[in-house]
Amino acid sequence: MNGYLTVKNLSVSLPNGVRILRNVSLDVAAGQVHGLVGESGAGKSMIGKAVLGTLPHKIEITGGEIWMDGVDLLKLTPKERRKKIGAIAALIPQDPLTALNPSKRIGPQITSRLVEILGWSQQNATARAIELLEQVHIPDPARVMRSYPHELSGGMRQRILIASAFAAEPKLIIADEPTTALDVTVQKQILKLIAHMQARHGTALLFVTHDLGVVSKVCDTLSVLYAGKIIENANMRRFFTRPIHPYSRALLAATPTYTNPDSLLTSVSDEIVEGLANEIHYHDIRNTL
Amino acid sequence: MRDARGDMRRPLGLRLWLSGGWLALLVLGAVFAPVFAPQDPLAQDLFASRLPPFWVEGSEAGYPLGSDSLGRDVLSRMLYGAQLALIVALVAGTLTCLIGATLGLIAGYYRGWPDLIISRFIEIWMAFPPVLFAILLIAVLGTGLSSIIIAIVVIDWTRFARVIRAEAMGESAMDYVASAQVSGRPRFSTMLKEILPNVVPTIVVLLTLEMGIAVIVEAILSFVNLSISTDSPTWGSMISEGRTSVHQAWWVLIFPLFALFLTVLSFSQLGEGLKDRFDPVLR
Repeated sequence: MNGYLTVKNLSVSLPNGVRILRNVSLDVAAGQVHGLVGESGAGKSMIGKAVLGTLPHKIEITGGEIWMDGVDLLKLTPKERRKKIGAIAALIPQDPLTALNPSKRIGPQITSRLVEILGWSQQNATARAIELLEQVHIPDPARVMRSYPHELSGGMRQRILIASAFAAEPKLIIADEPTTALDVTVQKQILKLIAHMQARHGTALLFVTHDLGVVSKVCDTLSVLYAGKIIENANMRRFFTRPIHPYSRALLAATPTYTNPDSLLTSVSDEIVEGLANEIHYHDIRNTL
Repeated sequence: MRDARGDMRRPLGLRLWLSGGWLALLVLGAVFAPVFAPQDPLAQDLFASRLPPFWVEGSEAGYPLGSDSLGRDVLSRMLYGAQLALIVALVAGTLTCLIGATLGLIAGYYRGWPDLIISRFIEIWMAFPPVLFAILLIAVLGTGLSSIIIAIVVIDWTRFARVIRAEAMGESAMDYVASAQVSGRPRFSTMLKEILPNVVPTIVVLLTLEMGIAVIVEAILSFVNLSISTDSPTWGSMISEGRTSVHQAWWVLIFPLFALFLTVLSFSQLGEGLKDRFDPVLR
């Protein structure tokens, strides 16, 4: 394991001692896209939050290592950690409706970070913001920068968040279900846009989603998460041709197809779920990458 | 869309005009009290006692709103009373707001031990009956303008702290705060630059509400003779004196009471009206 972001045996617990992430390990190589899939409540978003240091109040990291750019973040003081993360990582959040400050105009929301934290001149920051808004295909960026978030559509806001995430040329971006809050037609555009921006800027991307279809389009490698445990780490081609874990196989089988419209929707069977429960509690899960 | 929004705002505009108008009138009256007041507010004239207001038979020029049982001019006393009421409203309201909102913001954003301490204090404070607490405080501090202001601040900061704490907690859970944190913005700066602008509309409403409450508290304390001094003209003491002679001279009670009512109402309505001006979504 020598990726740009390496998570080793990470555990995260609730205040009552329940572990919501159990010995999670994964690896995101520089310039690559790593998908993180799992059901609702599996702990996908928690991994992203743990890495970026934005875990909710009272939820704490109770073990493991998070290596980013060759440094173990958990060995740093909170202040140093925030600085380190701020310098190299960025977030594309899940819900574009709450991810922009409603009382500030768009322009300052993109540029204030560059100016106040990274020490750019206001002129350079504004020019950079306009350049990035153009890259995410926003018409009339100068006007958009003067708007308040509520004056823009959800798709527009998600584009702005993407532009904002890439603004300071981060080495790592965590996209936390960036398309779930959008409708399907917009989803596709945004997905394309993220993939395009990632390729253009050569950023490592941790892509959190519950949609295997999305993963197959944008990712190089992926991890499957179930109940806070990594079930399978794999590269894309191997995963879609020969999934190893029965749960992965069941997930793939449950993906609806267009080619056979008469086929019924299948779900993950109780047997597999029960098997998973046993496995998670009693066996050590081997990483298969 | 634009038309619908215009429709939505029209009644609020009227509200702002009426409440702002009354308060402006009051400020003018208070500032120029020495010019407008027909009599010295403290001058007694037993030959001119209980004169009725100008439209009632038996009234006298120079006493447009009548006089009380000691022959003091009601209008003059109300104008000088407005001075005291407004000073209390502005100073006590602002101080309460500053202290309460700051503590609430810190508790709601930082959580952890600052929240623990501040919340326990709020709970203890809420257990005291406020009027009794005020009377107790005045008894300890002694009467006077500054004691009244201190008493109001000490009693009422929890009103701000509670509400702003809850608001700050809600805002802290939003993704934009997480984004600010990921971008390396220090915690304190996140609180001031990201969270504070979003709780300002609430602070404005609470502030104007608090100004109204300060006027009431001052009147209550005057009513029980614990205000500035026994002979200074305050609305509360006028109401208290008017109460004893309401059958002979209703005007001594009714005019200051009405002024008090309108002022408190105006403050709260002003807040509602201003809130929309501060909210980018409604603006």
